[in-house]
Amino acid sequence: MAYEGMIAERISINGDKNEPISAYAARPLGPGPFPGIVLIHHLPGWDEWYREATRKFAHHGYAAISHNLYHRAGEGKADDVAAKVRAEGGVPDAQVIGDTEGAVAWLRAQPYHNGKVGVFGTCSGGRHTFLHACHTKNIDAALDLWGGRVVMGKDELTEKQPTAPIEFTKNLSCPLLGLFGNDDRAPSPEQVDQHEAELKKHGKAYEFHRYDDAGHGFFYYDRPMYRVEQALDGWQKVFSFLQKHLAA
Amino acid sequence: MCTSIVEIVGAEGAGKGDEGWFSLTHAVVSYDHPHHALLEEAITIDFMSSALGPGARVAVELTLRSAKELSGALSRAITAAEREEAARRRRVQGQSHD
Repeated sequence: MAYEGMIAERISINGDKNEPISAYAARPLGPGPFPGIVLIHHLPGWDEWYREATRKFAHHGYAAISHNLYHRAGEGKADDVAAKVRAEGGVPDAQVIGDTEGAVAWLRAQPYHNGKVGVFGTCSGGRHTFLHACHTKNIDAALDLWGGRVVMGKDELTEKQPTAPIEFTKNLSCPLLGLFGNDDRAPSPEQVDQHEAELKKHGKAYEFHRYDDAGHGFFYYDRPMYRVEQALDGWQKVFSFLQKHLAA
Repeated sequence: MCTSIVEIVGAEGAGKGDEGWFSLTHAVVSYDHPHHALLEEAITIDFMSSALGPGARVAVELTLRSAKELSGALSRAITAAEREEAARRRRVQGQSHD
């Protein structure tokens, strides 16, 4: 029987502008080499689901890191910190890109890393994943799970979110996986169509999978939007995509 | 759903959080993912203090229907309170003319 073990721990990494931010890292025990995956947490915050998802990737043989985009709002329970960030108008897109680049750099510096990195995010984290993938040449795969507001109306733009991510599609630097629920309203199926048309227009490598009888957040087993069949299929799509693009 | 439905207003008063009472600076009303209520979306209301840490928060997550009922109750209470205040001002003015 093969030995199986994992290390999971809270660490500090250099985020945007080299500011230290907290992160949660998990990897299988052993010398590797392991492909890397960065998890960008969702609007509800740097929470337990993201800790679990980080360990899930480690269980599947990845060196995984989930960085805390809300670090600057202070210490506290994930829901309280997320509420504070919402009250401040969210986190700036440019800062998220810088923080995520810091997490990618941290992975690339680890001796057990195989040289490949994917970025994964759900909800606002899906939007941030796509945004980051359009602003870096340092990653090998991007996974946007039901990222809302990739398509944004002019009235939704703010100082912190000055440009709709879809505008950056031409700069997408790696293959993209998208998983969406057809009952979702943000992103709506029409917005996913718009995003797909833009990817086609620029000749980008992508796979979109759209699920019937699923809305937003259908992986979240502790929320009413959970859809077991769609979630199981979705996780398979995630790991197949990573296997294809992150094998050394 | 990742909505951008967020309303932020200043709030004077006090709220009772995990560590007791604290002075409020603002209230945030949004329609988005609840953390606890078993709803896909909820009207969430947070009473907060920007001067204190994230734990200084009084939170509720309501169905749209409950939020409407709360909004109606607030409006009725405020209307009655304003009537009461106007009557009190008239009494005070009456006394000062005596």
